[in-house]
Amino acid sequence: MSEAKTQQKLVGRSVARKEDGPLLRGQGRFAADVNFPNQLHMRVVRSTYAHGKILSVDLAPALAIPGVHAAWAFADVADIPPIDFRLTKLEQLAAYRQTILAKDRVRYVGDPVAVVFADDPYLAEDAAEHVVVEIEELPVVLHADGETGEFRDGLSTEPAIIRKGYGNVDAAFDNAYATVSLSLSIGRHSGVPMETRGAIGRYIAVTDMLEMYGAAKVPHWNRDQIAKMFGRPPASVNLFEGHVGGGFGVRGELYPEDVLVCLAAMRLGRPVKWIEDRREHLISTNHSRQQTHRIRAAIDRDGRILAIDDEFFHDQGGYMRTHAATVPDLAAAMLPGPYRVPAYRAIGHIRLTNKTPGGTYRAPGRYESTFVRERLLDAIAAETGVDGIEIRRRNLIDKSEMPVTRALETLGTDIVLDSGDYVRLLDKALNGVSWTELQAQLKQRRQAGELVGAGVAMFVEKSGLGPFDDVRITVSTKGLVEVVTGAASVGQGVETVIAQICADTLGVGYDIVNVIHGQTDRIGRGLGAFASRVTVMTGEAARLAATKLRDKVLATAAELMQLPADGLDIVDGEIVRSDSSAGPSMSLAEIATALAPGAKFLGEREPGLFAEASFESHHMTYPYGVHVAVVRLARDTGAIDIERYLVAYDVGKAVNPMLVEGQIVGGVAQGIGGALYEDFTYDDRGEPLSVTFADYLMPTAREVPHVDVIISEDAPSPLNPMGLKGAGEGGTNAVGAAVAAAIDDALGQPGAITQLPVSPQMIKAILKSRG
Amino acid sequence: MSDKTNIILNINGRDHAISVESRRTLADAIREECGQTGTHIGCEHGVCGACTVLVNGEPVRSCLMFAQQAAGKPIRTVEGLAKGDEMHPMQRAFMENHGLQCGFCTPGFLMLAVGVLEREPEISDENLIDVLSSNLCRCTGYQNIIKAVRAAAIEMRQS
Ligand code: FES
Ligand code: FES
Repeated sequence: MSEAKTQQKLVGRSVARKEDGPLLRGQGRFAADVNFPNQLHMRVVRSTYAHGKILSVDLAPALAIPGVHAAWAFADVADIPPIDFRLTKLEQLAAYRQTILAKDRVRYVGDPVAVVFADDPYLAEDAAEHVVVEIEELPVVLHADGETGEFRDGLSTEPAIIRKGYGNVDAAFDNAYATVSLSLSIGRHSGVPMETRGAIGRYIAVTDMLEMYGAAKVPHWNRDQIAKMFGRPPASVNLFEGHVGGGFGVRGELYPEDVLVCLAAMRLGRPVKWIEDRREHLISTNHSRQQTHRIRAAIDRDGRILAIDDEFFHDQGGYMRTHAATVPDLAAAMLPGPYRVPAYRAIGHIRLTNKTPGGTYRAPGRYESTFVRERLLDAIAAETGVDGIEIRRRNLIDKSEMPVTRALETLGTDIVLDSGDYVRLLDKALNGVSWTELQAQLKQRRQAGELVGAGVAMFVEKSGLGPFDDVRITVSTKGLVEVVTGAASVGQGVETVIAQICADTLGVGYDIVNVIHGQTDRIGRGLGAFASRVTVMTGEAARLAATKLRDKVLATAAELMQLPADGLDIVDGEIVRSDSSAGPSMSLAEIATALAPGAKFLGEREPGLFAEASFESHHMTYPYGVHVAVVRLARDTGAIDIERYLVAYDVGKAVNPMLVEGQIVGGVAQGIGGALYEDFTYDDRGEPLSVTFADYLMPTAREVPHVDVIISEDAPSPLNPMGLKGAGEGGTNAVGAAVAAAIDDALGQPGAITQLPVSPQMIKAILKSRG
Repeated sequence: MSDKTNIILNINGRDHAISVESRRTLADAIREECGQTGTHIGCEHGVCGACTVLVNGEPVRSCLMFAQQAAGKPIRTVEGLAKGDEMHPMQRAFMENHGLQCGFCTPGFLMLAVGVLEREPEISDENLIDVLSSNLCRCTGYQNIIKAVRAAAIEMRQS
């Protein structure tokens, strides 16, 4: 008697990615790789002033160049409404939206003023130089925390104030043992994927179908939006996602250029291609992060937090883009982190400035508020003379208190921390670096004259934003499995993860599962990829659909094989008897063939072997983490070297630990960029100073240390059966906070670091000031 | 404006007879005139290395070279690494070590690493990181790229 054949489980295993083959062979299809016969190339003429009144735009010299087919300024697109908000809408923000070409004012260097369309991209670029734009310069607002100015037509540069909180904050401060106050700021940096943006519009007259290639992140929302802006039925617009060279929050939002290529494709009757260059990217794709906080905590004599009161200023740049109030809203909502905060108040000023407009970037609002909160915890430690780790322990929410309702809401959901054992993860992280020995070593090295120190930061992330995701799984008569989702991929490994879940549930190998995402013609609705939602939402929808499909397969096989369905199993795509007694088996292909349209067996049954399912969720899940950094400072140059880095992150359940680790390490590198190197700076006329990779410095293999990762599964989410929580943002979240704490420690000066990024010049200045 | 010159680009052993303006970059010519879109463009000014190809066996930034300068010289791009179905050890190592996420920087890293290891198979770890720090990746944090290149280096030395 043979041993029972069982399916080898894939979920939880670090299997190689399905995505890699084509990408390694140079067979990727990124936006710039998409070409259509007879296509035109678009080039955008951008404002060279940070703020000004447009006096005139003369397109004639560009149009006179042979090979230039059209050129537009605002008057030519005045019938197209401004780009609307996707998330966190507030009524009062509507007047601050961006039109696809600047109307009568420009509000940042890079603001699109005109576009030209030519036969060749080099020619389009030449022609754009010939568009003559006359602008009368206006005074600029460059500091979100300074005086407000006029946006336009008497509108203030402060369109809204976010207010969140609960409990009696003032009473807590009145009765506090002590109060700790800080002023902190986070610099302006952003996702900056290696692939710049790109969009190709195509209009097919015979079917009256408008198409856009180069979509990413949220293709369905963008389809609906483009349809609405043009007054077309959504079914007559399709968006197609190819390979996407990094997303990080910025790529795939709806930008003016996406709308312009589509409009041009319809009006000019030829496909229209636009590929952003790097300078354009750095001045026109969403910036992020920049905030200034004034925060204070009321504490008791043991350093326990009684209340937190934060007022902050969010530098939104020139316009309100698709994210509307998302970033400041998340900053305010997530600030309390993993700690017990009995009373809380956050007041966030949204401020327009004359810089590139802002949006989300990996761990939006949390990179900022984690820096602020963890600086506050360190300051409480310094104030009370209690060790920083001990202060955290005293304030951490205990496992026994879970779930915890925060009396705060964000992204349309109430914050309910679903599960977590924060103390345990802190211990794991400290053990991971042998904290006590590390402290002893650092002490010794400091005594020998070195400037070395360690810092710890903790945080709570959010993931798995609903409200829904749909999946349809079909088996072809060849036995191949196709999974169609409304999700999107920005390079994070979506296809592999979804294939693992589907393959396990169904009982097939993951290599025969093909995952389709980001194609609006293949599925009616979809929310795309943001907020670390895909593994949780699409993963569970895939599991549900695969379960249904499995039932269908087994029921059909039972009939065909004349055996009870509950005596059957699917192993490697073969339907076998689960008691493993020898006997006939059938393949998935045979079942699909039996159900194919026109097949004899079909009878009254619905043709086709497929199943559909939706997963709905109205609450997010909350993964959490701990970062530990060890830094060394060079006394002479102020150079900051991260010697060691560790991230412990609890994701509930890791579908593919290798990919989770990859997400975390990549996230840390980006966090290091924001902590030490990356900064979009401007001169006092609002001229951007970071317009190439020579002046916007991203970490290279030299600057990123080896990162140790502890993937923890202590607290599965109760919100989905697999217990999943998203892993996309935990690597980035606390880097600024941990590095700042480590630098303080190396300097032996608590509270020394009050702003990010920290530059060698700042370190030198601190060292010099104390002689 | 278009003073085009006829040149031959030899890419992965195949000649491409093309006609280009003198300002046409090698990167653009490889992608557009020769249709080999595996070579990517991330900055067009020589910093990111996404456009790295081998010319005469040396890694070069193809966005900084004019197509005419590469005429007649052997050019190798990512499309030429695998032998049919069989991937180059460097490609396999990237897959096994999860050295890529979005894959946009990958062709540049593959060509850089292959070029350097063919020239200097015994390169020290320290120098290897120096070399790899000349290209940018925004997804991986480099850890797995370094791991992959080290693994491939061992294999390439053995063969
Ligand atoms: S595109 Fe050539 S170095 Fe960036
Ligand atoms: S894998 Fe995305 S940039 Fe390197």
